[in-house]
Amino acid sequence: MAFQLIINLLIAFTWMFLNNAWSFGSFISGFIIGIGILYVLKGSQRFYLKGVAAIIKLLLIFLKELLMSTLEVAKLVLKPSLDIQPGIFAMDIDLKEDWEITVLSSLITLTPGTLVVDISPDNKTLYIHAIDLPDAEEARRDIDHSFVKAIKEVTR
Amino acid sequence: MNAIEISKWIVGILVLFGALLNLISAIGIIRLPDVYSRLHASTKAATLGVMCILIGTFLFFSIVDGDINARILLAIVFIFITSPVGGHLISRAGYHAGVSLWESSIKDDLHTKKRKKQS
Repeated sequence: MAFQLIINLLIAFTWMFLNNAWSFGSFISGFIIGIGILYVLKGSQRFYLKGVAAIIKLLLIFLKELLMSTLEVAKLVLKPSLDIQPGIFAMDIDLKEDWEITVLSSLITLTPGTLVVDISPDNKTLYIHAIDLPDAEEARRDIDHSFVKAIKEVTR
Repeated sequence: MNAIEISKWIVGILVLFGALLNLISAIGIIRLPDVYSRLHASTKAATLGVMCILIGTFLFFSIVDGDINARILLAIVFIFITSPVGGHLISRAGYHAGVSLWESSIKDDLHTKKRKKQS
């Protein structure tokens, strides 16, 4: 993915050399032409703009979850009676890379009502503190699976 | 109403919303029963609150004064990245130092795992 991006930048600079035009507009047009060339020549490799789109999607999920979880916590705090049932549950994950696990645990921490407490030494299990356990554990697992899918989309 | 008036309204709403979220987060730290529940309040509500205030500041200075300050955007990104990690580290350090959960907590998988390892 990074290699394709560097090739694209090189094509943009070559375009600027060919035109002898050193402006941002000329860089942009060279970049767009490079995208076209890379798309034709990508072969069996994955086109890198798909990875960029997946990263942007992940960022939007991040923002949405932050907003939702804040509203949830605000509701919980301002409710007159404190009838929460907290607890720590284990969740198995099948991510390999360290940075994927970091992103996943940041996402889970920003999800409504969950907070990562510990990661097992073999990177296979996350221990998550939920502020209201029986209420929505299953739903939360679904959300976590959708996160895992979105993260895998970036790397695969 | 021209554009600057409208954007002033938006900025005001953003800053007030951020301040309100920070207040809710502070109330949550007082009201909730144990370390982990308090971290829920402090990592989430305070993050979004500070982010709203910073976005309001950025919009105010860029629209009303015409001065685009990139450092504010950088601060938003840094807070966004570091605050969940901070919450995780505090809760992890607390757990391994032996801070117990609230009495009416109903499940503790990490505890059973640790005990299995010791026996």
